[in-house]
Amino acid sequence: MIDARQLTKRYGEKTAVDGLDFVVKPGTVTGFLGPNGAGKSTTMRMIVGLDAPTSGSVTVNGHHYARHQAPLQEVGALLEAKSIHPGRSAYNHLRALALTHGIPGRRVDEVIDLAGLGSVAKKRAGAFSLGMGQRLGIAAALLGDPQTVMLDEPVNGLDPEGVLWIRNLLKGLADEGRTVFVSSHLMSEMALVADHLIIVGRGRLLADTTVAELIREAGGDAVKVVTQDPARLRDVLAGPGVEVTGRIGSEELQVTGLTAREIGLKAAERGIALFELSARTVSLEEAFMDLTRDAVEYHGSTAGIETLGRLA
Amino acid sequence: MSTLTATAEEPRTTPARPAYRVTGRRVLASEWAKLWSLRSTWITLGLGLLFLVAFGLIAASRYKSGIDSGNLDSDFADSTTVSLSLFGTNFAQLALGVLGVLITAGEYSTGMIRSTLAAVPRRLPVLWSKAAVFGLVALVVGMLGAFVTFLIGSGIVSGTPAAMSLSHAGVLRSLLGAGLYLGLVGVIGAALGALLRSVAGGISVLVATLMLIPGLISLLPSSWQNDISPYLPSNAGEAMFALTHDSTTLSPGAGLLVFLCWTVLALGGAAYRLVRSDV
Repeated sequence: MIDARQLTKRYGEKTAVDGLDFVVKPGTVTGFLGPNGAGKSTTMRMIVGLDAPTSGSVTVNGHHYARHQAPLQEVGALLEAKSIHPGRSAYNHLRALALTHGIPGRRVDEVIDLAGLGSVAKKRAGAFSLGMGQRLGIAAALLGDPQTVMLDEPVNGLDPEGVLWIRNLLKGLADEGRTVFVSSHLMSEMALVADHLIIVGRGRLLADTTVAELIREAGGDAVKVVTQDPARLRDVLAGPGVEVTGRIGSEELQVTGLTAREIGLKAAERGIALFELSARTVSLEEAFMDLTRDAVEYHGSTAGIETLGRLA
Repeated sequence: MSTLTATAEEPRTTPARPAYRVTGRRVLASEWAKLWSLRSTWITLGLGLLFLVAFGLIAASRYKSGIDSGNLDSDFADSTTVSLSLFGTNFAQLALGVLGVLITAGEYSTGMIRSTLAAVPRRLPVLWSKAAVFGLVALVVGMLGAFVTFLIGSGIVSGTPAAMSLSHAGVLRSLLGAGLYLGLVGVIGAALGALLRSVAGGISVLVATLMLIPGLISLLPSSWQNDISPYLPSNAGEAMFALTHDSTTLSPGAGLLVFLCWTVLALGGAAYRLVRSDV
C-alpha cells in the first residue's frame, strides 16, 4: 500500500512533481505511466526516501519509509539508474544489503536463482549487460520478501524472454497479495500487465483509472465509413444508441453503436455506395497519447524526416 | 491502518514472515563486507603498507650507508630510528586517505549509494559504520606498518647515533601515535568523500589539507604563522608521532586533541550533508 498526499517536489524553478494524490492498493499491478520527464522516477525516489518532498507526504504501509524497522521488507525497489558498485560481484552486492537487515544467506541464493543470475553471481557486476543489471536490481528488490514491490522501467534492456519473465513475475507477486507498482513510458507494455493505471504528465496526475475504463472513456470502438451519399446514410443508420458524426461536405462518417457488418448490410439494402468501411479500434496507445499530448515535455519533430523523404 | 486489520491480513500474504530488522551492528557488518569485497581495498591498503615499510627501510639504509661512508646527507643529520622508520607516513597517509574517500564518494559515483540508503534510510548509521570500519582498518595497517618498520629499521641502524630500541623514552608513544594518525586520516578521507560526494573533489581537498596548505602558510606574516601553523591538521597530526617537540609544535596530547577536532569537524559536515540532501 502506497499513499501519496499532495506530494510535491521542486528543483529551483522547476516543479518535477506537482501535488500528486494517489493510492496504490495491494493485490493488483498498478502501472505508473507518463512521458519522459513526467516525474515518475522522482516520485519513486520520494517513496523510498532518497529525495525529500518539498511539500506533501508519501507513506508506505502506513508509515514513512524511513520509519520502518526493516525497510527492505516493506518496499523492494528497482530504481531507474544503476544502483550497484561495478567492482563488486552480484553475490557480494546482495549479501551486503542482506547483512543490514539480518537477512540470511539462504535468501540471497534464492533471489539469485529467482532472477536467473546463478551462472554470473560471482562475476563483477560492472561487466554485466543492461539486462543482467536489471535482473540484479530486481533480485535486490525481492531480497527482503517485501510487501510492496516498486520497479522503475523494469523492462528496459531486457530481451523478449526477460520481458515475459517480468510480466509473469509481476502478476505472480500481485496474486500473492502484494502491492506492485511499475512505471513505464510504454502504454503497450503496461496494458499487458497492469490492472490499474496512474497516469502523470509534467508532474501532475492526469488519470487514476483502470485499463478497461481508459478504453471506454477514449471513445470505445468506432467505424469509419466513406460513402457517396453521407446525408442519406445518416438517416438510414439513425437509431437508438447510434451516433454518427462527420464534417459537412465530407464523404467520411464516424459511426459508433453499430458494427461494420451492420452498417454494410444497411447500406446495401438501400443501394448506397460505400467506398470504405473499417472498424477503428481505439488503442490504449492512442488513448494515452491523447491524455498526455499537452503534457509531453520533449516533443520530437518529423519535419526533417519528411523533407528527407521528398528528396529521396 | 489499525493493528487489527494488519494482523487480519497477514496470514493471507505470507504466513511466517521472518522478522528482519536494521540495527547498528548489522550496518557495521554490511560495511565491513562491502569494504573487503572490492579489489581496490586490497590494492590500496597493500600500497599504503608498502609505502610505510619500504620508504622507512630505504631511509634507514640510506642513513646507515651515509654513516658508514662518512658523508652523511645533512637532511639525515639528527635522524633517529623513529624518524627514519616513519619516513613513509606521508605517502601512506595518501593511500589510506584516498581509500577513505573512495569508500564514501565511490558510492555516489557508482550509484551504489541509492541501494545503501534504500536499505538504511535513516542514513547516519551508514556514515558512522563506514568511518568506524575504515578508521579501524587504517589504524591497524598504520600500527602494523609503523612497528614492523621500526623493528627492521632498528636492526639496520644499530650501532649508529640514530639507534634506538622500543624501550627508549617516547618511542612506543610515537609509533602508536603514527598508527592512530593514519587511522584518523582514513576517517577524514571517508568524511570528505561523503561531504563532497565526488572522488576527485574528495581527493583534492584531502591532498590540499594534508600537503599543500602547510606550504601556503609560509606566505602569511610570520607572527600569524606561529599562531596558526601548529593547529593545521598536518602539523597537529605530525605532533602526534614526532619524537621531539619544540615551542613551534604542539605536545603529542594536544596534537591528538586538535587532530581529533578536525576529524569531528569533517564528520559533522558529512553527517549534515548526508541527512539534508537528496541522493
